[in-house]
Amino acid sequence: MIKIDVINLNIWFGNIYAIKNLNIQVLKNEILTIIGPANSGKTTFLRMLNRLNELESNFKMDGLIKLDENNIMEMSQEKLRSKVGMVFALPTPLPLSIFDNVVYGLKIKGVRNRKKLEELAEIALKEAYLWDEVKDRLHTQAVKLSGGQQQRLCIARVLAIRPEVILFDEPCSGLDPISTAKVEEAMLKLKKDYTIILVTNNVKQAARIGDRTAFFLNGKLIEVDKTEKIFTSPSNPKTDDYIRGKFG
Amino acid sequence: MRNPKTTQKIAFFFLFLSAMLVFLPVIFIIFVIIQKGIGAINLNFLLDVPRNGMKAGGIFPAIVGTIYLVFGAIIFALPVGVLAAIYLSEYSKNNYLNRIIRLAIINLAGVPSVVYGLFGLALFVNFLKFGVCILSGSLTLGIMILPVIITATREALENVPKIFREVSLSLGATKWQTIRYVVLPNALSGILTGVILGISRAAGETAPILFTVAAFYLPYLPNSIFEQVMALPYHLYVISTQVPNIDEKIKYGTALVLLLLVLFMNLIAIILRHKFRKKKSW
Repeated sequence: MIKIDVINLNIWFGNIYAIKNLNIQVLKNEILTIIGPANSGKTTFLRMLNRLNELESNFKMDGLIKLDENNIMEMSQEKLRSKVGMVFALPTPLPLSIFDNVVYGLKIKGVRNRKKLEELAEIALKEAYLWDEVKDRLHTQAVKLSGGQQQRLCIARVLAIRPEVILFDEPCSGLDPISTAKVEEAMLKLKKDYTIILVTNNVKQAARIGDRTAFFLNGKLIEVDKTEKIFTSPSNPKTDDYIRGKFG
Repeated sequence: MRNPKTTQKIAFFFLFLSAMLVFLPVIFIIFVIIQKGIGAINLNFLLDVPRNGMKAGGIFPAIVGTIYLVFGAIIFALPVGVLAAIYLSEYSKNNYLNRIIRLAIINLAGVPSVVYGLFGLALFVNFLKFGVCILSGSLTLGIMILPVIITATREALENVPKIFREVSLSLGATKWQTIRYVVLPNALSGILTGVILGISRAAGETAPILFTVAAFYLPYLPNSIFEQVMALPYHLYVISTQVPNIDEKIKYGTALVLLLLVLFMNLIAIILRHKFRKKKSW
């Protein structure tokens, strides 16, 4: 089942032509990984799906993006973003306590009941495999956590708002291998309930957890296919070159 | 060519000298004022009204007047300045009108204080018919410190990392919620820096209050914001130039009290700022 349908998407930032005529579908409950060298448009594509690109004053786009048959440009940004959550490249806790970070999105939505917030925070932290490590110090500052814990906190924070799609923008780029493994484990468990799009610079990570993998180059989608196929017999030689580390 | 070690030493010497040149006058001013004025300070001087043609008694009405004026100015300028800064930094597009507004604010900071005084006289005292009173004086001082507060607030807002805004927005917050819950709390310490600068200016200026509020001699406290008050800087001006044969001790004592009052009000703001900074952690 198609969750997100992208049709003829073009994106510009001023004179920079960032995404060129992109057509791609994201399936429900899959992990779609996006690989490609720097400046290939991966992050721009991701930030299009929750409309964060619009923060740039020189952003321009055309094309159609549908989330469950609804044009995302016709939804309010707030509603779209409560359905499409994002985890950023570096751990980005807000300068608040662990608890307040997790419930930030809920409070924004108007959930005020303390008991309810505590319940939902616990569930979200458990899903992000962080609960056991922080349950005794929920009210300490989030920045006191290690990098890996902070990143799982950011995942919990997104889970708390119960989105349908979660965008991961190189979530492990600043993490050590053990933290990376924990984040990957969380993602694999999450795809049961969520649709996940993962942008990664780490080709091996894509191979480990992606159901399907897309290869971007210079703002174009070169190919998208089952991850196995991409890594064993890609149809485009450029994909093969990138995976084998010949460039990028 | 010269030995790089030597040139480094020369450079260091001039850098150090410049830093000292900033530091020394401050110490010197404070030293002179304390030395000449400390003798006048006692409870009577602080808590009594001026007597005997201001040659004796105390300066209590002027102390209270200055506190009223500073608080009045801050109460007006802080909300207006912060809201204006939020609009300019967060909402306004970079168009022609807004560039003019920004330029106007920069220029407002450079307007001589006596011009503010005349402006206050024309607008608040005469046109709006508030009369010569605390309200007129506070508003005049408030307008004078607006650019300071706006500039400090804008700097503080712009220093809040962009990623915090993105995180908040990405969690479904509106722009206003993001400003309210993420941007402003993290800009508070910077805004308070603006308040500190504003307090110092508002407390020390004579010209803006000259035509709008300050009383030459008023040996009692005001009952409402529509009355005149004495104020320390103006009182200092009066006893230094307008009334003959005043003991030097009283002049320097008054200056010392003004200095301490400003430092005390700043101290409150600095303590607040410190509390907010401790929470800040990036």
